Amino acid sequence: MAPEEIRTVIIDILGDIAPDEDLSSLDDAVPFRDQLELDSMDFLDIVMELRKRYRVQVPEEDYPALNSMASTVEYLTPKMADVVAT
Amino acid sequence: MISYPAPDQLPDDQRVVITGFGLTAPNGNSPAEFRAGLLEGRSGVQDYEIRYFGKTLAGICDFEVKRHQTRKDARRGTRAGSVGIYCANEAILDAGFDLENLDKTRIGVYVGVTEHGNVETESEIHEIKGFDYDTKFWSHHHNPRTVANNPAGEIALNMGITGPHYTIGAACAAGNAGLIQGLQMLRLRECDLALAGGVSESIHTFGIFAGFASQGALATHEDATKASRPFDINRNGIVVAEGGCLYTLERLSDAKARDARIIAEIVGYGMNTDATDFVLPNSERQAQCMRMALGRAGLKPEQIDVVSTHATGTGMGDTLEIAAVREVFGKSEKTRVNNAKSFIGHTMGAAGALELAGNLMGFSDGVVHPTINLDDVDPECDMPQLVKNQPQEIGQVDYILNNSFGMLGINSALVVKRV
Repeated sequence: MAPEEIRTVIIDILGDIAPDEDLSSLDDAVPFRDQLELDSMDFLDIVMELRKRYRVQVPEEDYPALNSMASTVEYLTPKMADVVAT
Repeated sequence: MISYPAPDQLPDDQRVVITGFGLTAPNGNSPAEFRAGLLEGRSGVQDYEIRYFGKTLAGICDFEVKRHQTRKDARRGTRAGSVGIYCANEAILDAGFDLENLDKTRIGVYVGVTEHGNVETESEIHEIKGFDYDTKFWSHHHNPRTVANNPAGEIALNMGITGPHYTIGAACAAGNAGLIQGLQMLRLRECDLALAGGVSESIHTFGIFAGFASQGALATHEDATKASRPFDINRNGIVVAEGGCLYTLERLSDAKARDARIIAEIVGYGMNTDATDFVLPNSERQAQCMRMALGRAGLKPEQIDVVSTHATGTGMGDTLEIAAVREVFGKSEKTRVNNAKSFIGHTMGAAGALELAGNLMGFSDGVVHPTINLDDVDPECDMPQLVKNQPQEIGQVDYILNNSFGMLGINSALVVKRV
């Protein structure tokens, strides 16, 4: 998957986790928590959804990489390079 | 039983009154809708299908979840939590409270449940089945969704209530048990306002359908609306239903001080145990339970206008309850006997609270709702006081006795008085 496809995946997951939020104006450089009402259980949802949908494992020590959209996409790009977009 | 003075001998700060209630039932999402359904003979039972079990029937609610809950919280929580949140917020509104101006440290949340956690556990097992039962795919939401206090805790979270919250696990006596707990906590001054009653999410667990079917106790009928038929000779079991009903309970002194509309006073209650069988009820203990409630209320059977029965539509259960009702009320000509499950099915943990709610408006309209689907009354279940198929106007309703019984031989009876 290319970075832009990974971003679309994350937006899709966020849409499920935070259905009351407007994700259209998300600033990729700003931490998720500064613009969305997300808590630690929500971040675990992101980790779980990546595991369920793409078998991507995000170990606990890497959770800080999920801070913002930009950092998340950067972190996942090598991990999801071989994943084929559906 | 500790002897307790009759309510009219008690000071106002030991008398507990109902000042509001919110509900969702398979045939109505407000007290007025529910009552209208009961007087118009409108069933809430529908065709239903659930995974593994397949096609069956159920009482299904269609309340507006988003009225009092964000979509995010509804997704994170449980159906029982959503039912409870809806009912609690509606009760607060019905009682004329402004939630923001209440002392939330002094509100207690007491929610009766028949069972809790089955829905989520079944869902997670179903989910990991798709991953070869690898538990790495088991949700981190499972524990907060399945802890036994979940529905009460979700209500407290939603409303910012910081007083005590917990559920009362009492099988199908839970709705009454929730109310009794609220009353007791008010008398003990553990809270100043109790949100009390019961909820059910049981239609979302296939296990309850499968369990009743294996027991030979799940209702079937080609017409869903005819399936729940307590006391009818052709009854063949229980219709599982979801629902909820929570009341605002206050001490009479507090209700008077804020000039609240007082709907009813809880003047008596009884809870006891059969200690005879896992599932089969015990008439003698049920009769004792009703007499305990009457005794606490300082009332004779002849003073009760309406007995709201628990009967679920099973062969033995209905017969045994009627035997108990006959034993206590057989000589009381004015007492009327009815049943709400014939309309909505068995709402499990909500049943006691919802069925009381269905009768409460009798205090203002003087009408007793019927038991429907009584096409051919079982002689074993018949009694002259049974209100069959059509509502009866009896003039004035002063006292209602509300039965609610459950598995493992748990019995409850509540007596409420018109104020």
